[in-house]
Amino acid sequence: MRILMFGWEFPPRMSGGLGTACYGITAALAGLGHRITFVLPQDGEAGAAPFLDMVSASGVPVSDNDRDDGMETLLRRLTLRPLPSLLHPYLDPGQYNALYLSQGNRFQTTAAVYGPDLIAEALRYARASGVLARTLSFDVIHAHDWMTVPASLLARRISGRPLVLHIHSLEYDRSGENVNEEIREIEREGLEKADRIIAVSHRTKRMIAEHYAIPPEKISVVYNAVTRTEAQRAYRTERPGERKIVLFLGRITFQKGPDYFVEAAAQVLHVVPDVTFVMAGAGDMMGRMIERVGELGIGDRFHFTGFLQGEEIERIFSLSDLYVMPSVSEPFGISPLEAMMYDVPVILSRQSGVSEILKHALKVNFWDVREMASKIIAVLKHPVLAGAMAEKAREELRKIRWENAAERIAAIYREAVSGAGPQRTPS
Amino acid sequence: MPSVCLYFQVHQPCRLRRYSFFDVGHLHDYEDGAENRRILDRVAEKCYLPAGALLLQLIEEYGGAFRVAFSLSGVALDQIEQRRSDVLEGLQRLSATGCVEFLNETDGHSLAFLSSPREFREQVLRHRERIRSLFGREGRTFRHTELIYSNALAAAVEKMGYRAILAEGTEKILGRRSPNLVYRPSGCKKLKLLLRNYRLSDDVAFRFSDRNWAEFPLTAAKYAHWLHRIRREEAVVNLFMDYETLGEHQWRETGIFDFLRALPGEILRHPDFCFRTPAEAAEAHEAAGEIDCPGFISWADEERDTTAWLGNAMQQDAARKLYHLETAVRRRKDEGRLQIWRMLQTSDHFYYMCTKWFSDGDVHRYFNPYESPYEAYINYMNILDDFSQSLKKTSKGEKR
Repeated sequence: MRILMFGWEFPPRMSGGLGTACYGITAALAGLGHRITFVLPQDGEAGAAPFLDMVSASGVPVSDNDRDDGMETLLRRLTLRPLPSLLHPYLDPGQYNALYLSQGNRFQTTAAVYGPDLIAEALRYARASGVLARTLSFDVIHAHDWMTVPASLLARRISGRPLVLHIHSLEYDRSGENVNEEIREIEREGLEKADRIIAVSHRTKRMIAEHYAIPPEKISVVYNAVTRTEAQRAYRTERPGERKIVLFLGRITFQKGPDYFVEAAAQVLHVVPDVTFVMAGAGDMMGRMIERVGELGIGDRFHFTGFLQGEEIERIFSLSDLYVMPSVSEPFGISPLEAMMYDVPVILSRQSGVSEILKHALKVNFWDVREMASKIIAVLKHPVLAGAMAEKAREELRKIRWENAAERIAAIYREAVSGAGPQRTPS
Repeated sequence: MPSVCLYFQVHQPCRLRRYSFFDVGHLHDYEDGAENRRILDRVAEKCYLPAGALLLQLIEEYGGAFRVAFSLSGVALDQIEQRRSDVLEGLQRLSATGCVEFLNETDGHSLAFLSSPREFREQVLRHRERIRSLFGREGRTFRHTELIYSNALAAAVEKMGYRAILAEGTEKILGRRSPNLVYRPSGCKKLKLLLRNYRLSDDVAFRFSDRNWAEFPLTAAKYAHWLHRIRREEAVVNLFMDYETLGEHQWRETGIFDFLRALPGEILRHPDFCFRTPAEAAEAHEAAGEIDCPGFISWADEERDTTAWLGNAMQQDAARKLYHLETAVRRRKDEGRLQIWRMLQTSDHFYYMCTKWFSDGDVHRYFNPYESPYEAYINYMNILDDFSQSLKKTSKGEKR
């Protein structure tokens, strides 16, 4: 099957799980013999995936014809302006900048991928997609998350091909109660108009059905998986072991629950002083987190690495004795699977999609800091526990494969092609 | 004359409360009292009371031709004595008929034999004394927790004066021989070995209400017919199961009580058959051969070994640390502490830590109050930590 796929990030240009998932899905689909044209908003560093036709939307010339394509209706309903939600509510912009600068620019932010003009970006991207939809031939459109909704709806309209919308994260996950209405509106439009929806977990499926009133039978759950890399083997045994390391890795934002990790760290250090906590990543709550670590007086045992990528991530996993994912709302969460590949035991928030499939991990409610601390202590204190978890996790990981996800997705394509597509001519 | 030997195991563990690391040193009550009461009450209403009444009625009706045996774990007895005198009185009425045998086992429903011979002996003696004082009967038959068995256990049990011991009738020790015979444990002179017929036992215990089972529905007539078909030289059919099979694992709605009500009549319809308790069966039949069992077997899982309790590193670690405290516990000479240590020996605590989830998973999960074996281990180790500290603290206090 020929697939026109709209994405927002792809290795190496990425800031989180979406890029990782897109890589895993497209590689496995290509392995099944499908042909994928992957559209990205800006110039990526090309050559990352030989199995794909990588198209950069920023290089596509847009004529007036393509501008006027009914898409303007959606455009007119949206006001283009920077998203204030990207700034943390506890800090005014001045404070944020001061903190950011005081770190001597050591920390790269994720602004390159998720800039303040995100909606405008999404719409610019959409215009270019019209051209692609006209010039390329394909059987099905596969889009990932709200940023690609305008583009994929336009492509659907022009081509008459069915749209499969893959939801990796919702505005409710990212922003809690402070939902950006414009983004929510784009999500709603995409979910309603898509021919089929893929959710990365039952948790996400429930949220789509409840918050957007989408019939559950239109939504299929396809869990993510994890890609095995070569470096993983090389790094596997590096753990030095003198002082144990507990890792948080992810965007330092409301959604990921970094504040609960910091509070739990303080409780652990109170009784087990000889532990190092590492917070790897960047995000709008980082300043506040640095401040809080200072307030708690645990700075000598708590480190911020800034944004990590590629081998740096592999390195930090291999050095860690425990990985904690305290997310407030995590549609899936691939990183625990990555940690497990390095034999690192995992503590997961129950408010995560990945907890639906992982048995050999400890689970906590993100708000239950005491329980989180108690479990961190248990893993650090009992090597047999860490060993048993890692051993069983290895078996469990063997069954979590992108190939399985790709087979499920291909079946959904087939259903969409045979049953849906509004202006589709029978072929 | 072939004997049908029916024995019911009564056991309820003392479930532990959720115990965080931050409770260590502060909270010294380890039991989840509310949960233990809730489950005991439920099982009493669904099983112990109605099943006990039915058994009594059957014994009276058949004038002694219907006989059964019970083994009551000390942990279950503790809870029944404290809370459900009606259940205890029911058992005592059964005992008064003279048609019911009460077996002996380790008081703490423990795996002590595998770690401490001394502790094993003390628990058996304690259990023997409790059964004697509650039911006025001397235990003649021994059964180990989870039907664990080995040559060494048989030798120890013979030395303690028992006449019979029970074990699982697995091919691992029988080879091609029949479980429906009385055997002699290798190395023993007087002790006799009765083996559970697991197919016929599990037909009732596990498969009775399984609609996908080819033999569903199982009637007493059909079941009795299977029993009657045993070969002429076979002497005894041992049907061993959890008492909770009656009304709890198999709900009343499945017809389990009707099955039981009809069973004695259907079996006794054949004039060659009779009911005997384990001690009576062991006495009535000569040993047909010797059984050699150098390693441990049990009635659990497909493996029929001890890996459900001591198979992984967490279980072994927990057991090692628990029995490592033995000297300190005994030195305290404090009955309360000794009993807590014994309560912590109950096999269920180790069973909850079992990670063999993928083949035998369902049964384990049904009985497991924890979300995962890791949670079970963490909880247990936190409690053990507090218990261990409490032993040290008091000794210091005494020196002063």
